[in-house]
Amino acid sequence: MTTAAQSVTLKGLAQEEKTESQARIIFRRFRRHRLAVISLILVSLIFLVSLLAPVLTPFERDAIDLSSKSRPGPPGTIDMEGRTHYLGVDHLGRDLFTRVLYAARVSMSIAVLVVLISETFGALVGAIAGYYGGLVDLAISRVIEFMLTIPSLPLLLILSAIFLRSDTVLPLPGFLSRFLSALLLAPEREVQKVVMLVLVLVFFGWLSAARLMRGMALSLSKQDFVEALRAAGASDARIIFRHIIPNGIAPILVSASLALGGVIVTESALSFLGLGVQDPTPTWGNMLATSQSYMFQHPWLPLVPGVFLVIVSIGFNFIGDGLRDALDPRLKR
Amino acid sequence: MNNTAPPGSEPNILLDVKDLKTYFYTEDGVVQAVNGVDFAIREGQVMGLVGESGCGKSVTSLSIMRLLGGSGKIVEGEVWLRDRNLATLPEEEMVKLRGGALSMIFQQPTSCLNPIFRVGDQVAEVLIQHQGMTKEQAWNRAVEMLARVGIPDAGRRAKSFPHEISGGQAQRVMIAMALSCLPDLLIADEPTTALDVTIQAQILELMRRMQTEMGTTILLITHDLGVIAEMCDHVAVMYAGLIVEYTDVNTLFEDPLHPYTEGLMAAIPVLGDVRDSLAVIPGTVPDLINLPPGCKFAPRCPYAREVCSQEAPPLIEAKPGHKVRCWILHPQTSAQWAGYTKTDWRFTGEEVFAQPAAATGGTDVS
Repeated sequence: MTTAAQSVTLKGLAQEEKTESQARIIFRRFRRHRLAVISLILVSLIFLVSLLAPVLTPFERDAIDLSSKSRPGPPGTIDMEGRTHYLGVDHLGRDLFTRVLYAARVSMSIAVLVVLISETFGALVGAIAGYYGGLVDLAISRVIEFMLTIPSLPLLLILSAIFLRSDTVLPLPGFLSRFLSALLLAPEREVQKVVMLVLVLVFFGWLSAARLMRGMALSLSKQDFVEALRAAGASDARIIFRHIIPNGIAPILVSASLALGGVIVTESALSFLGLGVQDPTPTWGNMLATSQSYMFQHPWLPLVPGVFLVIVSIGFNFIGDGLRDALDPRLKR
Repeated sequence: MNNTAPPGSEPNILLDVKDLKTYFYTEDGVVQAVNGVDFAIREGQVMGLVGESGCGKSVTSLSIMRLLGGSGKIVEGEVWLRDRNLATLPEEEMVKLRGGALSMIFQQPTSCLNPIFRVGDQVAEVLIQHQGMTKEQAWNRAVEMLARVGIPDAGRRAKSFPHEISGGQAQRVMIAMALSCLPDLLIADEPTTALDVTIQAQILELMRRMQTEMGTTILLITHDLGVIAEMCDHVAVMYAGLIVEYTDVNTLFEDPLHPYTEGLMAAIPVLGDVRDSLAVIPGTVPDLINLPPGCKFAPRCPYAREVCSQEAPPLIEAKPGHKVRCWILHPQTSAQWAGYTKTDWRFTGEEVFAQPAAATGGTDVS
């Protein structure tokens, strides 16, 4: 038997727990996944540091220093003015620490852009396919399946060879191109290339999100609440945007964070093959590419961008794992 | 129908369903779910639509709402809501009507709410959409409505998610949502079937109260004659996609004319009346793909004669305000049944289950 006072406090506790918002529950569950938390901290730290790069290093990103005797120089190389290159210099005497930080900006911005666009587009297409079903679903699903059968890397190579080498100018709104230009520290011409690369990567990126959302929408659209919404006068668009997509967003978030890691690697692969962002704008991929000819004598050259690449892509995978656990409604508490 | 009453003596007709036929086109064939239904509801009245599972009562309501989905189609008939024929109204117009002038509540209240939004937001959404309220206005009005349908501490409850409230409360939320835009017609499709008995009574009481307060016209669909007795002014009994009897609620219980209604009444267990077996209507509902010719009830009817399996009886006004679809009461054929005695519907188990081996027998009419 509990006393009245006890039962009152128990009731109070229960109610407090009830009013805890979904976001807080998810955050609490995410916190329990230690690797995910560490990864999140590391990845955000890398991004933050990359934004602070101009403050953190005295070197210009593309400043070539041919005076240095040892090019490429090992970590700790000191230049003529007595400044230390903590991670060494490349074959043109450019500071590696500076470049790897700016590369983080470019690589991570591209990844975020690609994932944002492709998951949004994929979720939308998938929701439409799943909600309407029938012929719409048939058409969309066949397109997705067809695209999934194409080996992506060769086609990405062809696409980037066509688009990134051409002089086509994308009609980007001015503010976007200025913003990207400032973020990537690249001329607007280079921004054009980056955006094209993003679009090329989106070309394959939306497929998995679309398939995920299609499945979710298919089962959601058969549920009673969708029928009730229709009876309450909700239009198809309202049902899709306000009800189906928010209900199916959890797996999309997970797939997005997993995709971030994947896109960074794919972008690096393209840059490595000389089809991504071009030198002097650094990305981890093209830094790896330029280090090719020196890698046996100067192993830190590929190691520096390589380590960042590995940390960030594994990090995003762990974050994805953590999110999956946190968003899984079957795991209570 | 029911236009015989002199004008002025009764309220205007709000909903007039004329010869509604709704078929479903499936791989197995055409399911004739609703096969020519006529009824009318006057403003402010509660009309009950009763029948066993699969008789087409839900399909009738979905036809009125035009929510039949891909395979269902209204093939014939008119559905007049005041001066508009819902059967032919463009979809965009229907979207505006649903939730506004026409609203509906369902059998499974909890699963009819979107699991990821707060219940208050879901009520508010309807208001924003149909009445153009701002978010804040709509939220306040939603809380007001929740309080009005008897949700205690509505301000806080409105912030709950659907899984945090009980079925009875969820049905209250659904009612609040359905009534928030002051609909002309509320269709309640088995609103209490999924709830336990005490909550059932509360919800019916609430619907009654809201109906008197707001003057809403209600089409109540149920298989529960108890609910009908408690709630309705008029009742239509449906069988195999047809209305077989239509009258006011008192007449129906005192003087059921159709053999099917008679069977339903006999199947209600009476408190204190000790019996070895419950009364049942033998046989099962006919297959809606291959409907029998003639009267659809004839294969199960203890009074059936030759004419019953040959020609379908029309719906006739057997007594003033009391319509029935049966040859026994049709002036041309009633002579055939002169002096027949009524059965007491107490068939024994063997009789019920003997003929069709697969038949599960019985009805879910309580």
